[in-house]
Amino acid sequence: MIPASFEYHRPTDMAGVLSILVEHGDDARVMAGGHSLIPMMKLRMADVPHLIDLQDVGGLAGITVGDTITIGAMVTQSDIILHDALADAAPILREASLQIADPQVRYMGTVGGNVANGDPGNDMPGLMQCLDATFTVVGPNGERKIPAREFYEAAYMTGREDDEVMTAVSFAKPVGGHAYEKQKRKIGDYATAAAAVQIVKDGGTCASASIAMTNLSDTPVYSAAAGDALVGTSVDGDAIKAAVSAMLNDIDPVEDNRGPVAFKRHVAGVILARAIERAWSRA
Amino acid sequence: MTQKNQYKLNVNGQTVEVTAEPRELLIYTLREQLNITGPHIGCETSHCGACTVTIDGKSVKSCTMFVAQAEGKEITTIEGLGSPDALHPLQEAFKEHHGLQCGYCTPGMITRASKLLEEIPNPTEEEIRFGMAGNICRCTGYQNIVKSIKAAAAEINAAKEAAQ
Repeated sequence: MIPASFEYHRPTDMAGVLSILVEHGDDARVMAGGHSLIPMMKLRMADVPHLIDLQDVGGLAGITVGDTITIGAMVTQSDIILHDALADAAPILREASLQIADPQVRYMGTVGGNVANGDPGNDMPGLMQCLDATFTVVGPNGERKIPAREFYEAAYMTGREDDEVMTAVSFAKPVGGHAYEKQKRKIGDYATAAAAVQIVKDGGTCASASIAMTNLSDTPVYSAAAGDALVGTSVDGDAIKAAVSAMLNDIDPVEDNRGPVAFKRHVAGVILARAIERAWSRA
Repeated sequence: MTQKNQYKLNVNGQTVEVTAEPRELLIYTLREQLNITGPHIGCETSHCGACTVTIDGKSVKSCTMFVAQAEGKEITTIEGLGSPDALHPLQEAFKEHHGLQCGYCTPGMITRASKLLEEIPNPTEEEIRFGMAGNICRCTGYQNIVKSIKAAAAEINAAKEAAQ
């Protein structure tokens, strides 16, 4: 499998990246770990006359943990898994990262690539919506911040302009219990359904809940209604049923080789119920 | 056609220079230009792990990296782990515990396992299965692969203790 020819660029700073993007327009694309883009180029489903490798651009691989957590776009899933302070502050990130692809891919796959690509199968977009994260992009006109919950427009269509580069994700240190639950056919496959859940408990009742689903629409789905269905309840069987039914109103899966629509809706319900139960048990 | 460029790589401790188009996948550079045929092409779609090499301390599927990306990197293949006269403990253990049948996946398995044992020197069976999940074997059913890696871990740890 040989991709079409391209010119390879490896700039050493963001100014260099942006000037190539401005010069070549949509003939140029940036690449982080390359584990989404290279397979697409090999299949000739992506044509990239000018490939900009970000590996030598500094300042994109940091992790800052405080009241706000910031993760550079070039941080890999493996970096996340190995970062103990991050796992203490936001354990859902390690839990989700361990369920992405396989070990080799996790050494290369980055947060920035995963959220910027706009592939409905990627796990980080739903996770970032659950955490109400903000994405930072930089372009010729400077830096811009976009909420994760407003970033995804359709499959591979996002709020990032062609001449902008994702540089970081940031979010408030999550509180309460968490769970990332994913059903997949095999290691390395995208989710048949996945759910990201954060729940805050006050006494015996749910004070707030954030729920987002992966690979059940052409974008990740943040379901405010599903979270609302849990608030004020003791997260018993009825409340979970109500949350699942609210979530099912918000998703729009299509039939593919992971199954027909009815099956996906069934799996989505099972996965969300499991995620809520686990998050609640940790809240 | 794009112009060919010179790329400098460090493969198994030796600096080599190759002339290639940037789009050449690293597995082809290794196999066809450098005659390093240990890493195999199994699926060529980033799934099977037969092409696994170690690049700057990371296990990487060399079918999913362009040679241009690998410039300046240190690459270790199965050829860099042991020699026929002095097998790596993993190679010895795979031989001893029948960790292979056809052998096609074995270089990728052993190269990946070598990195796994650096990260987790004494892994449980579960950690081995999870850490080896990017490598597919179509013959053995994995049982003897897991056994081999466990045995190699014990061997490496014993040698380390003896050296101390």
